[in-house]
Amino acid sequence: MNTPQVQATILIILVPLMFSYAIPLLGWRWRGSAFFVALAAIGASMVCSFILLYTVLTQGTIHYHLGGWLPPWGIEYVIDPLNGFVGVVVCVISFLVTLSSKESVQKELPDKKVRFYTIYLLLFTGLMGIVVTGDVFNLYVFLEIASLTAYALIAIGEDGAPLASFNYIIMGTIGACFYLLGVGYLYIVTGSLNMADLAKLLPPLYHSNVVLIALAFFLIGTAIKMGLFPLHVWLPDAYTYAPSAVSAFIAPVMAKVMAYILIRVMFTVFQPSYLIEMVPVASILSWVAAAAILVGSIMALAQKDLKRMLAYSSVSQIGYIVLGVGLGNKMGLLGAYLHILNHAFMKGCLFAVAMALMYRTGKRNIFQLGRIHRRMPFTMAALVIGALSMIGIPPTAGFFSKWYLILGSIDARNWVFVAVILISSLLNALYFFRVIENAYFEGVHGHSQKEAMDGIAKVREEVPLSMLIPIILLAAGILLLGLFNERIISGILVFALPPGF
Amino acid sequence: MEMVCSYKPLLAILVSLAASALILLTGKRPNLRESWTILAAGAKFLIVLSMAPSVLNGQILEYTMVTLTPGISLQLRVDALGLYFGLLASGLWIATSIYSIGYMRGLQEHAQTRYFFCFAIALSATIGVAFSANLLTLFLFYEILTISTYPLVAHKETPEALAAGRKYLAYLLTSAVVILFSIAYTYHLAGSLDFVGGGFLDGRGTPAALSLLFVTFILGFGTKAAFMPIHEWLPTAMIAPTPVSALLHAVAVVKAGVFCCLRVIDFVFGPSLLSDLNLWLVLCYFVSFTIIGASLLALAQDNLKRRLAFSTISQLSYIVLGAALITPSALLGSILHIAFHGFMKITLFFCAGAIFVKTGKENISEMNGIGRQMPLTLGAFAVGAIGLAGIPPVCGYLSKWYLCLGSLEAGEMIFVLILLTSSLLNVAYFFPIVYRAFFKKAEGGDPARRAEASWWMLAPILACALMSIIFGLNPDAFIRFHQIASLAVANILGLF
Amino acid sequence: MIEYLMSKYNYWIYVVLMMIGFYAMMGKRNLVKKLIGMNIFQTAIILYYISIGVKKGGTLPVVMEGATRAADYVNPLPHVLMLTAIVVSVSTTGVALAVLLMIYRRYKTLEEDEILKSMR
Repeated sequence: MNTPQVQATILIILVPLMFSYAIPLLGWRWRGSAFFVALAAIGASMVCSFILLYTVLTQGTIHYHLGGWLPPWGIEYVIDPLNGFVGVVVCVISFLVTLSSKESVQKELPDKKVRFYTIYLLLFTGLMGIVVTGDVFNLYVFLEIASLTAYALIAIGEDGAPLASFNYIIMGTIGACFYLLGVGYLYIVTGSLNMADLAKLLPPLYHSNVVLIALAFFLIGTAIKMGLFPLHVWLPDAYTYAPSAVSAFIAPVMAKVMAYILIRVMFTVFQPSYLIEMVPVASILSWVAAAAILVGSIMALAQKDLKRMLAYSSVSQIGYIVLGVGLGNKMGLLGAYLHILNHAFMKGCLFAVAMALMYRTGKRNIFQLGRIHRRMPFTMAALVIGALSMIGIPPTAGFFSKWYLILGSIDARNWVFVAVILISSLLNALYFFRVIENAYFEGVHGHSQKEAMDGIAKVREEVPLSMLIPIILLAAGILLLGLFNERIISGILVFALPPGF
Repeated sequence: MEMVCSYKPLLAILVSLAASALILLTGKRPNLRESWTILAAGAKFLIVLSMAPSVLNGQILEYTMVTLTPGISLQLRVDALGLYFGLLASGLWIATSIYSIGYMRGLQEHAQTRYFFCFAIALSATIGVAFSANLLTLFLFYEILTISTYPLVAHKETPEALAAGRKYLAYLLTSAVVILFSIAYTYHLAGSLDFVGGGFLDGRGTPAALSLLFVTFILGFGTKAAFMPIHEWLPTAMIAPTPVSALLHAVAVVKAGVFCCLRVIDFVFGPSLLSDLNLWLVLCYFVSFTIIGASLLALAQDNLKRRLAFSTISQLSYIVLGAALITPSALLGSILHIAFHGFMKITLFFCAGAIFVKTGKENISEMNGIGRQMPLTLGAFAVGAIGLAGIPPVCGYLSKWYLCLGSLEAGEMIFVLILLTSSLLNVAYFFPIVYRAFFKKAEGGDPARRAEASWWMLAPILACALMSIIFGLNPDAFIRFHQIASLAVANILGLF
Repeated sequence: MIEYLMSKYNYWIYVVLMMIGFYAMMGKRNLVKKLIGMNIFQTAIILYYISIGVKKGGTLPVVMEGATRAADYVNPLPHVLMLTAIVVSVSTTGVALAVLLMIYRRYKTLEEDEILKSMR
C-alpha cells in the first residue's frame, strides 16, 4: 500500500534528523530557538507515531522499502502492532519530558543549550530508528547513534559524570559489538539481514551451533544495553550523574527500546518455540530477571540519593519486563508489554519530579527533603501517585502490569516468581514511603533542618509551568492508564503477541 | 432476585470524593470546610438509605464502571450485606464528623485540612468496599482505604506517630500482598471473581489447593480484622486522634476487614464448600483464641484507648466466629454484631476522646471520680459497656443471643462457653472503669464541678448511646438492621 | 587437530584479538589503555566480518572490466557493513577521547584507582 500514512514511517525519523541539523544553524543566531525546534520535531514524530499505530491497527502491517529496493536486498522498515505501540510510548514520553526540560537545562547548562538539544534530538532519532526498522544491521546503526549521543549527554553532568559516561562507553560498546557479532553469525549462515527473511530462513538451521551462539550474543549484548542484572553496573552511575533532563529522558525511554530489541530478536527473528522448547533460554532469562527484581529493590533500599534510588529501581523494573518475556505465556507477555508502557510513565513522572526538586532546591538527598510538600504540593502529589504505582496499588497503572505478571507466573506454575513479584512490591513500598515520609512529614533525621526549612517552607514556590504541566500530565496518565488498561490490552496489545500465544 | 442498573452506588462513593476535593480547596476557611464534610456525610447516608427499599424488595442494584482486565470490571453491586455495611459506615460518619469538629477545635489540632480530606477519601473507599461486586473491585477500594488512612494514623507527626504509621503500613501492605496472591489464584482457578451468594469455588480445585487459598485469604483480610497474632498494628494505631480511632478503627477499617472475611467465607467459598472441607471448625478455633486472648490482654492495659482497642479485637472475632459457624442464627448474629458493636464501641471511643479533651487524661488509673465531673459522658460509657458485656436492654445482648443459638445449632457447645467467658471478661475490664469514675474520690481532691465536653462532642456520644439502647429494644428501628441482616443471611444460604 | 586450527585460522585470529581487547578493557586500570582495548575489540570484529566474505580467487569488490561474474569478486556486503562499523568505531573513539579530556581536566590523572580515590 502506498497511502500517505505510510510515509509517516520514514518521516518519524527524518523530521528529527533534519531538525537536528537545523538547531545549530538556527541556534547560532537565536539561542533560545533550540528548545522549540527540538520540541517541534518530537511533536511531529509523536503525531506520526499516532498515525502509524492507527494505520497498523486498521489496515495491517506496514512495509516501507527505503529507496524502492525490495527486501531482502534493500532495507525495509516494518511497522506492526508491537512497533507501533512502542513507538507511541517513546514519542509521548519524549515529548512530555522534553517539554519539562526547558527550565532545567536553562538552569544547569545555560551556555550549552544549542549543542545539548542537537545531540538530544539525535538521541531521539536513534531511538525511533531502532523502533521502526526491520533490518538487523540497520538496527545496529541506530543503536550506535542512540548510544553515542547518550554517552555524550551523560558526560556533561556534574560530579562523577565523565567517569560514569566512560564506564558506560566501555560497557555499552561491548554490548553493541556483541550484537554486531550476533548479526554477523546469522549473516554467515543465512546470507540475509532482513528480520522477516531471517525468520523464514532460520527454522531449518535451528540445530546448528552457529545459530545458538548468535542468539547468545544477541541476548548478552541486549542485556548489557538494557541494564539487566548482572550486567547493570553502568546504569546507576549513568542515571545519577547525568544532568536532570537527560536522566528524565534516558531512564523511561532508553531501557524500554532495548527491551523492545530483545523481544524482536526473541520472537520475530527467532521463533518462540525455539526459545521455549528447544533451547531453555526463556526460562534462564526469567530466572535472571527474578534475581534482577530482587537485587534492584534491595540496592535501592540502601540509597540516600533520590536519583540513585530511582536508578536501582529501574534495574528492578527492567527485571519485571524481562520476566514477562521469559515466562513464555500469554499473560506474562501481555504483562511485559503493559509494563513497558506503565514503567515509561511511572519513571518519567518520578524522574521529572527529581528534576523539579533539583531545580528548586538543588538537593537530591532524600533525608534533606523535610516538609517540601508545602513548597511544591503538586509535584509531591505527583510523586505520591508515581510511588503508589511503583508499589502496585490499584487503580494506578503499576498494579495491572503486576497482576498480569502474577497471573502469568501462576499459569507457568512458578510460585517462586509470584513470591519474588510480591516481595519486591513490599520492598518498593519500603523505599518509596521513606521518601514520602520525608517529603510530607518532618523526616526522621530532619530535626536539625527544621529551623532552616521553616522559614523557606511556608512559601508556596512551585516549579515553572513548563515543568509542572508535564509532571501533572504524567501523573494523570498513570491513573488513567490504570483504569483503562483493558482497552489498551484488548485494543492493541493482543495484536502484538507473537503467533502461537 | 432481579438486577437493576442504578447509578446510586456510584453516587454514594462520589459524593465524598467531591467533598474531599472541596475540602482541599477551602482549607483556609474552616467553617466552610467543615460544612462540606457534614453535608457529604448527610448526603451519603441519604443516598444509601434510599437504596434500602429496593434491596428489601429483593432487587439488587448494580453499576458497572470500566472493564479493568478482560473478564473483570470495576463493578458496584448493592446487595443486602453491602447495604448493611454501607448504612453503618455512612450513618456513623455523620456522628463522627460532628464529633471531629468538636475534638479538633477543642485541641486546636494542626493539619485539619489534611485530616478531613483523608477522612472523606477513606469513607469513599469504605463505601466502595461495601458495594464491591467482585474481588478485584474490593481489593481496589481496600487498598485506597489503607493508603488514605495512613496520614490519619500518623497525624500527630511525632516520632512515635510516624513509627506507628510505618507499622500500620507494614502490616497492611504485607497483608495486601497476600490478598493479591489469593485473588490471582482464585482467578486462575475459577476464571471469575464475582461474588455469588453461597460461593463459586466449589469444585474448582483440589481440597488442598482450596484449603491453602482459604488460609491465605483469612490471613490477608484477617490482618485488617485484627486476628491474633497479626493484631499488633491496632493498639499501636491508637496514637491517632480519637475520632480516627473511633470511626476507622472501631468501625470502618477493621469492619472492612471483617466484612471482607464475610465476603470470602460466604460469597467466594460458601457454607457448603467450607463444611465439606471442614475448614469452618478450624476457623472457629482460630478466632476463639483471639476472643479470649484479646480479652485477657485488655485486662492488663492502663491506657483507656488501648484497652478499648483490645476489646475491639476480641469483639471482631465474635463476628467471624458467627460467620464460621455457618448456621442461620450464627450468621444472623454475626451480621447484627457488625452494626451493634459499631454503635457501642464508637460511643466508648467518643467518651475516651471527650475525657482527653476536657481533662487531658489517657490512663484509667488517673480517672478516679471523673463521673462526677462528666456524668453524661460516663453514663454513655456505662451504656456501651453494658451492651458489650451482653446485658439487656442495650443491643449487645441480641447479637450474643443469636451467636449462642448458632453455635448450639452447629452442635458445638464449646463456643457457647467461649462466648460466655468472654462476656465475663468484658465485665471484668469495663466495670472497674465505671466504678472508678462514679464511686471513687477524685485525686487531689478536685471539687466535682460538672464540666462536660462541648456539645459538638457530647451530642454524638449521647446519640450513639441512645441508639444502642433503641436497637436493643427494637432491632428494626429506623434503619431496619435486622430485616436487612436476615435478607443477607437468606442470600448466603440460598434460601431466597 | 592442526587441520582444524589451520582451516579456520581467520576465526582463531579474530578470537585472540578480541580477547586481547577484552582483557585490556576489563583488566587495565588506565583509562587510555581501556580505550585502546575497546578499539582492538572493535577492530577484531571488523576483521572477522571481512574475512567471512572472502572467496577463493576473488578480487577487490570494485567493478573492473574483464571480471563480470559474481564469483570473481569478494562478497561486497560485509565490506559495506564494516565501513559503517568503522565509522561507528571512530566516532566512539572520538567521544571517548573527549570524555577522557574532561576527566583529565577534572582529576589531573587517567588512572582509574586514583580517580575513584579522589572522588570519595
